[in-house]
Amino acid sequence: MQQDADITVTATNGSDRRRSNPAGRSGHGDAGDPLLQVRNLEVRFGDGDPVLHQVSFDLQRGERVAIVGQSGSGKSTTIGAILRLLPGNGRISGGSILLGGKDLATASDGEMRGIRGKKIGLVPQDPMSNLNPSMKVGAQIADALAANGMRNRSAIRKRAVELLTEAGIPDAGRRYGQYPHEFSGGMRQRVLIAIALAGSPDLLIADEPTSALDVTVQRQILNHLQTLVDAHGTSLLFITHDLGLAADRTDRIIVMAEGRIVEVGTPRQILLDPQEEYTRRLVAAAPSAVAALDTDPGRVLEPAAVTATAGPEDILVVRNLVKEFALRGQRGGTVKAVNDVSFAVQRGTTTAVVGESGSGKTTVARIILGLEQATGGEALIDGRSITGSNGAQRRMLRRKVQPVFQDPYGSLDPTYSIERLIDEPLRIFKVGNRASRQQRVAQLLDAVALPRTVAQRRPNELSGGQRQRVAIARALALEPELLICDEAVSALDVLVQDQILELLADLQQRLGLTYLFITHDLAVVRQIATNVVVMKSGSVVEAGSVDKVFLAPDADYTKELLGAIPGAAFAR
Amino acid sequence: MLRYVGTRLWQSVLTLVLASLVVFIGVRQLPGDPALAMAGEEATPEQLAAVRSSLGLDKSLPEQYLAFLGRMFRGDFGNSTRTGTPVTDLIATTLPVTLWLAAYAIVVAIIVGIAFGVIAERFRGRWPEWLTNAFALIGLSVPNFWLGILAILYLAVTLGLFPASGYVDVSREPVRGLYYLTLPAIILGTSLAAVIMRQTRASMIETMSTDYVRTANAKGLGAGRVLFRYGLRNSLIVVVTIVGLQLGGLISGAVVTERIFALPGFGKLTLDAVFTRDYPVIQAVVLIITLSYIVINLAVDVLYSVINPRIRVGGNN
Repeated sequence: MQQDADITVTATNGSDRRRSNPAGRSGHGDAGDPLLQVRNLEVRFGDGDPVLHQVSFDLQRGERVAIVGQSGSGKSTTIGAILRLLPGNGRISGGSILLGGKDLATASDGEMRGIRGKKIGLVPQDPMSNLNPSMKVGAQIADALAANGMRNRSAIRKRAVELLTEAGIPDAGRRYGQYPHEFSGGMRQRVLIAIALAGSPDLLIADEPTSALDVTVQRQILNHLQTLVDAHGTSLLFITHDLGLAADRTDRIIVMAEGRIVEVGTPRQILLDPQEEYTRRLVAAAPSAVAALDTDPGRVLEPAAVTATAGPEDILVVRNLVKEFALRGQRGGTVKAVNDVSFAVQRGTTTAVVGESGSGKTTVARIILGLEQATGGEALIDGRSITGSNGAQRRMLRRKVQPVFQDPYGSLDPTYSIERLIDEPLRIFKVGNRASRQQRVAQLLDAVALPRTVAQRRPNELSGGQRQRVAIARALALEPELLICDEAVSALDVLVQDQILELLADLQQRLGLTYLFITHDLAVVRQIATNVVVMKSGSVVEAGSVDKVFLAPDADYTKELLGAIPGAAFAR
Repeated sequence: MLRYVGTRLWQSVLTLVLASLVVFIGVRQLPGDPALAMAGEEATPEQLAAVRSSLGLDKSLPEQYLAFLGRMFRGDFGNSTRTGTPVTDLIATTLPVTLWLAAYAIVVAIIVGIAFGVIAERFRGRWPEWLTNAFALIGLSVPNFWLGILAILYLAVTLGLFPASGYVDVSREPVRGLYYLTLPAIILGTSLAAVIMRQTRASMIETMSTDYVRTANAKGLGAGRVLFRYGLRNSLIVVVTIVGLQLGGLISGAVVTERIFALPGFGKLTLDAVFTRDYPVIQAVVLIITLSYIVINLAVDVLYSVINPRIRVGGNN
């Protein structure tokens, strides 16, 4: 009965919403049969309970549809089922997937091989792991062409170079013979797009195709993908966790949670008039959408926090910082990862350092933490430098600055209990005795809103958000004054990200903490920072208050970054 | 790349010198006296002293070592104290036997190991995997000499498929020579095959669940192509390393195998030398084994960079 109810809900919702949608763009088959019809799709792993429940949706020819959801929502399982490439012992246990009248749910492996690559192309998520590392890039495209029935070797090569060029890879003839590790992330993603389009498929599935890339690269690639899809009249199924991105790039959004379709609608409907409670929460939490929609900087912390502590004094001063790395294989060759960077951070405020990969932001953080020695200049905490001091003073400085790293999976030792992880800094600095440390751990767990019972558990029993709370608790153990958060929320789902940011803001107000927030995500900056430092190629491009930088940016690069935030189109 | 090889060669020479020192001292710690062995139990003290002096054993240890080192770099390992034949001659007649045996065993082990490893991965949880697992268990746990005796009993004596012992020079009569070596090669290669099989299986399980294999499937490629070009090729990177580490063990394994099949190889030479305290032969044998380890490791490193383009030095500049 429960399931029946679900069908009705999704079906009504879907068709209601669809009616209000100007079906298809540019008149591609608005009247004809849909290209893809998914009906009551159910997927199980082994004999377990279904992980997809009665998923139904249509995709018209030439239409672009996004499936939006957090990790575990079932979006990746849905496309795994469509391609019949479910991981492990996953299987379709009910429903149908009609592609041009053929049911993929019951097709044989041989039939599927004729459909994959030819009818359905896949642009996978992570460009770093989706190319065969021991095979030349050209050969990997040639493979796809050969699977598509091309036999003539020189014709294959010619077409593969064409595809590479079309995907926006310069000097494709030479690049054809190179290995994946000789390509940047963005370039690899272009190669994967070329592979996906090699068989001129009717349907292109893009599975978070740019989530691993910098925003400006992301924009270039999506623009390019869109041009190609439009030119070929291909339908697009776009999987993303980023509501803003979905809104920018598609005609229709399917919101999924816990293996079910929650809501379907046009971007405008979903963003501005969400019907379901879950969608509302998602919209409220989506940083990009928030950044675009929210012109009132209400969530930016009041400088009141500053007056609560010692006054507007600078806790951190970075002066003319330079860091050079020796280039491998070239004698005496160096690259300047950090080039004459200066900024100051006021006690009790949040300063964000923003930049794309390779901008030097993480190197700056590592120098401040004393994990890396500067080539020139200095990073002073309360007027003293960690690398410049020694002995007791250095230990004292280390206690004042604590890091929270990006990956909550990699930064916690999986063999330690949570209690041991959190009290490790206390033990290292010989603070208190066993009993007092135990009490401190309990306090810290309270502070980061984790139940005290997790103390005896291990990291792998916790979710990503919970682990990041543990990392924050550990950072707080020694009562530091400055927290360096290096992409501390980038690996988390939006709703969880929102909670962690909330927690950080709350802790700041209560404990008078100062944050240096290293991030690539401008939307997050808008949400939490008072000041921002924009970095590019090792240098500071622009610095100032968040309001100033966001509303009246000076540097072209800042403007470019701001323009690349997805969802900006829905600002009013 | 050249600089890298140069460094490696220099390191190899150093390793060899160190090994020569270790073996020189080690041999002299063995109980027993080679002069006594040569001169016989009834020799007078004068005769014994004369033999000692002729062998250079009356000099101090450092002097003996330097003399040995000097001769070694000229390729002169002295004469066997047992037979008086130059050690180099002994090595020249026995080493090829062992090299043929080892090479044959490696080929057998690689073919069987990789094939079984792939089968085990493809048929996970079904009977072919159990069969290959049983093979691996036997290959690793049953000692060579026992397997060898069983093989001689059943395959050679009862069924008459292979000769039970004997050696025919492979370079003169390749077909008959390899036929005589088949049974010893299988026995010697069994444990290596088992290791390769396990490694291939583990590595394939990992590779076949990578993103790029999924992407290859999404291209609509045939199952065979995905398996070999995407799966196996990348699995071999790990396998090659493991095989390299295991190869050295083959030489010591050859000692036992040669004994069982009465092959006139390096292993037999080694055993005989140890039993008779034949210092010059033992020293030469150990140094050659050391050298073979060094050569194998160098070869594995080079092969590794061929298979794995990411570690190729100076790839694209």
